[in-house]
Amino acid sequence: MAEAPSDAARIASGARDRIRFEEEALALADQVYRVARHLAGSREDAEELVQETYARAFRSWRSYQPGTNLRAWLLRILTNLNIDRGRRVQRTPPMQGLEANDYFLYDKLAESDGGLSDEEKVVERLSQDDIVSALSAVPHDFRDVIVLVDIGDFSYQDAAQILDIPIGTVMSRLHRGRRILKRELAESVLEEGT
Amino acid sequence: MGHPDDPCAHCEEMMQPYLDHILNEEEKREAEMHLSECDWCRRRYRFEESLRVFVRQVVTEPMSADLKLKLAALRIPLD
Repeated sequence: MAEAPSDAARIASGARDRIRFEEEALALADQVYRVARHLAGSREDAEELVQETYARAFRSWRSYQPGTNLRAWLLRILTNLNIDRGRRVQRTPPMQGLEANDYFLYDKLAESDGGLSDEEKVVERLSQDDIVSALSAVPHDFRDVIVLVDIGDFSYQDAAQILDIPIGTVMSRLHRGRRILKRELAESVLEEGT
Repeated sequence: MGHPDDPCAHCEEMMQPYLDHILNEEEKREAEMHLSECDWCRRRYRFEESLRVFVRQVVTEPMSADLKLKLAALRIPLD
């Protein structure tokens, strides 16, 4: 017997949907923070960004389509807020010699090691701190795609939607960004060696 | 197409797309064939692969309990 739901029932069902949305969003907070921490320059910036993101998400929860990727939806808000903060005025860095081939980091590490150890061990010459600081030296546009794809495990397609850029741009920034990251790592290794 | 005289340069070009799993079947076979017979490229492939894993595991200090509470407090109260 189809009966028009009473106003009270409709309100109760809306409230249930909202609570479910909030709970699902909060359950993703650690993952959102992890991406934010590497996108933003500092811990403080990351915390602010995550708070602003959740405030906005909770206000506009109705625009989220249940069943779609909530983590990507939250990160889209976050990356937009990050851009709004005006941190993005930057030029693309000129190509540097070290970026010319893809293997210079390996060559640099293997060389300082006498070239004898196996490849998995070569990477162990890098510390987590090396990666974190090298990543923070990568310009924003390039860092965003590395953080989303290589750390956040998003597909190219998701990253393109989150950042609102064409998928080809995701790929080219990723390509260039990974090389910049490796250049930064190679430089930090060189500094430690001196 | 490619580098007929320098299979290692061609392999270098395919390396990142290979790690991204975006090569088509034929390119993938080609890359795997070269990697199986070239020690120089294979070493670099293993390194690039382990670097990817290393970057993926990059440590982030966990979100503070304080921030968690702040986020929960942003929830819109039921009226």
